[in-house]
Amino acid sequence: MRAAAEPLLSVRGVETYYGNIVALRGVDLEVSRGEIVTMIGANGAGKSTLMMTICGDPKPRSGQILYDGTDITAMPTHEIMQLGIAQSPEGRRIFPRMTVMENLQMGASLVDPNHFEDDLKRVSELFPRLKERLHQRGGTLSGGEQQMLAIARALMGRPKLLLLDEPSLGLAPLIVKQIFETIRELNENEGLTVFLVEQNAFHALKLAHRGYVMVNGNITMSGTGAELLKREEVRAAYLEGGRH
Amino acid sequence: MASSTTGVKVSGKKPAGDQAETPSRGHAPSPAGPGGGSRFQGSLRDAATAAFVAGVLGFFFIGLRTDIAPGGLDIKARWTAWIVSILVVFAGRLALNLFVFKAERPVTLGLAAQLSGVGETLPGLSKWLVRLLLVFALVLPFFLMTVFPSKQRQFIDLAILIMTYIMLGWGLNIVVGLAGLLDLGYVAFYAVGAYSFALLSQYFDFGFWMALPLAGLLAAFWGVILGFPVLRLRGDYLAIVTLAFGEIIRIVLLNWYQFTNGPDGISGIPKPTLFGLEFSRSEDGFAAFFGLEYAPIHRFIYLYYIILALALITNVVTIRLRRLPIGRAWEALREDEIACRSLGINTRNTKLTAFAIGAMFGGFAGSFFATRQGFISPESFSFIESAMILAIVVLGGLGSQIGVVVASVAMIGGIEMLRNLGFLTQIFGSGFDPVQYRMLIFGLAMVLIMVWKPRGLVSTREPTAVLKEKKRIGAEAVAQGEGH
Repeated sequence: MRAAAEPLLSVRGVETYYGNIVALRGVDLEVSRGEIVTMIGANGAGKSTLMMTICGDPKPRSGQILYDGTDITAMPTHEIMQLGIAQSPEGRRIFPRMTVMENLQMGASLVDPNHFEDDLKRVSELFPRLKERLHQRGGTLSGGEQQMLAIARALMGRPKLLLLDEPSLGLAPLIVKQIFETIRELNENEGLTVFLVEQNAFHALKLAHRGYVMVNGNITMSGTGAELLKREEVRAAYLEGGRH
Repeated sequence: MASSTTGVKVSGKKPAGDQAETPSRGHAPSPAGPGGGSRFQGSLRDAATAAFVAGVLGFFFIGLRTDIAPGGLDIKARWTAWIVSILVVFAGRLALNLFVFKAERPVTLGLAAQLSGVGETLPGLSKWLVRLLLVFALVLPFFLMTVFPSKQRQFIDLAILIMTYIMLGWGLNIVVGLAGLLDLGYVAFYAVGAYSFALLSQYFDFGFWMALPLAGLLAAFWGVILGFPVLRLRGDYLAIVTLAFGEIIRIVLLNWYQFTNGPDGISGIPKPTLFGLEFSRSEDGFAAFFGLEYAPIHRFIYLYYIILALALITNVVTIRLRRLPIGRAWEALREDEIACRSLGINTRNTKLTAFAIGAMFGGFAGSFFATRQGFISPESFSFIESAMILAIVVLGGLGSQIGVVVASVAMIGGIEMLRNLGFLTQIFGSGFDPVQYRMLIFGLAMVLIMVWKPRGLVSTREPTAVLKEKKRIGAEAVAQGEGH
């Protein structure tokens, strides 16, 4: 972990509401350059809401989100993404009727088209399976391949910060392992900063440098991945029986 | 190469899978001999029941007819029509039972499999088919003049009408097929285009060619006006608002009497000229200039080529746009709006451009319509036109360019064909006009196509991007692909 002067992403006292219902009750967190940070929590804890609030939809009612020194709290989603954040959304959300190739091109919308060939090569090395299926429709891929495509599509935008929302959702343990391994490679080899939201606490905490635990829209615990893995409360709530 | 073969493999599997399902789809597979007999008996009984129901229902609806007579109403019996309709129901039901509902291998399954296979397995053929169609469209007027000299005017007029709908279908295809924004008020832009030209010619003496770009611009402008309030809407909600928008435009045109002449419409809209040459009998007209003998058909041929050119421009622009980032963004928007936004795409601008460009082509078609008719009134721009254009796009297959052509020819040409079914009056009485049943037939066609080809007649989608260096994925990809 590098000790950076200022964090790449910092979320300060963010409160988000859906109508009158509170989803986030004042969340503070920081992600430094070159770090993998994970946020674990049960269903409905507000993990995905936090992810979406960072991306600008919904907007927080109070609090501040800073990315690389810029206040992005009030920015529209597409402008936030243009700053170098990429997201692989929950449930993958690939474009099912478009081919893998076209999906990747969509990911590269913000990047100089001259980089396309190189970036395509890079993601096909990371995910060789996608390379085989470049001209297949996205919807015909298996769940794991779709997740790979969602991550690859996000990487095509050459992000500085990669947001991953539940990449292990509905996937076989072996595929989850592969995907997490790829995330580690990306972080170690290219220094990509990753913020990962997960229910699969064991894998996520093992992978991450630091972690946060969210309960009911509050962050209740934080620490390094290894620390959190040892904590009794974490083990009891998220790990027992969840270990693969 | 390798990837294209896997593509074929996957698509080829589908029909095979359907056939494999066949036995389980029907009733329990029964032994051939006695099973077949009872199946026939069952079919007969079922058909008889259906005929009986038809007889009861049809007794009042078909069998009796009230006419206005001097002393009030007069009841007339139409037993022939009643009996014929019962027989039709009986025969139809029996045939359906024997070949589809109770058949061991329903014919429809094989048919659907064959139909869906055509476009996918023979990409080369479809390419040639498109070229052939294009050549045919180019020589169509002369073809009609030589083959049907007595009906040339009627047929060329029909070709113009079909071509107009093809253009409208292609225009709407941008909005509905590519961007996935269900627009039920497309006729509004058609109306804006038509009225733009009509009013410009009335107040400022604009000719067709001068007014055409302006009509397109104005329609695009109204497309953006419609686009803004509906940016956040999708699906059903969007459909309702666009429907209302179409009606608003029509009602404004109807009621703004001082400006648009209201329900009386605008007449005397100028005909298009060929570089200043009018298609008239006069000395400086088209015929005189080229030393031809004057014939009114020249103007129709010219109109045909104008709409053909406009339609082809629409098509080429759409195909080009699809390959550009904006076109891909439209398609991505149709697939998943949230994912689009998360990739940094400005969904607002993307939607607005789709509305604007779609509307622009509607406007072009509208001003062509005005110049062809010479007279327009709000009556020509009712909801049924929107529904018709949308039906063409949906039946043809959302997003498919050639599908729109097929659907336009089938639907617009089909209605015309209904006019030639004179023999039906002998069965259903002299007042029977098959054209009045066109909505019924549309409905039926829609239902049938949605059952058999839920994604429209041409449901295959051409990818807009292929890797140039196909060889490199070649051999190794096949080997790796086998493993899974």
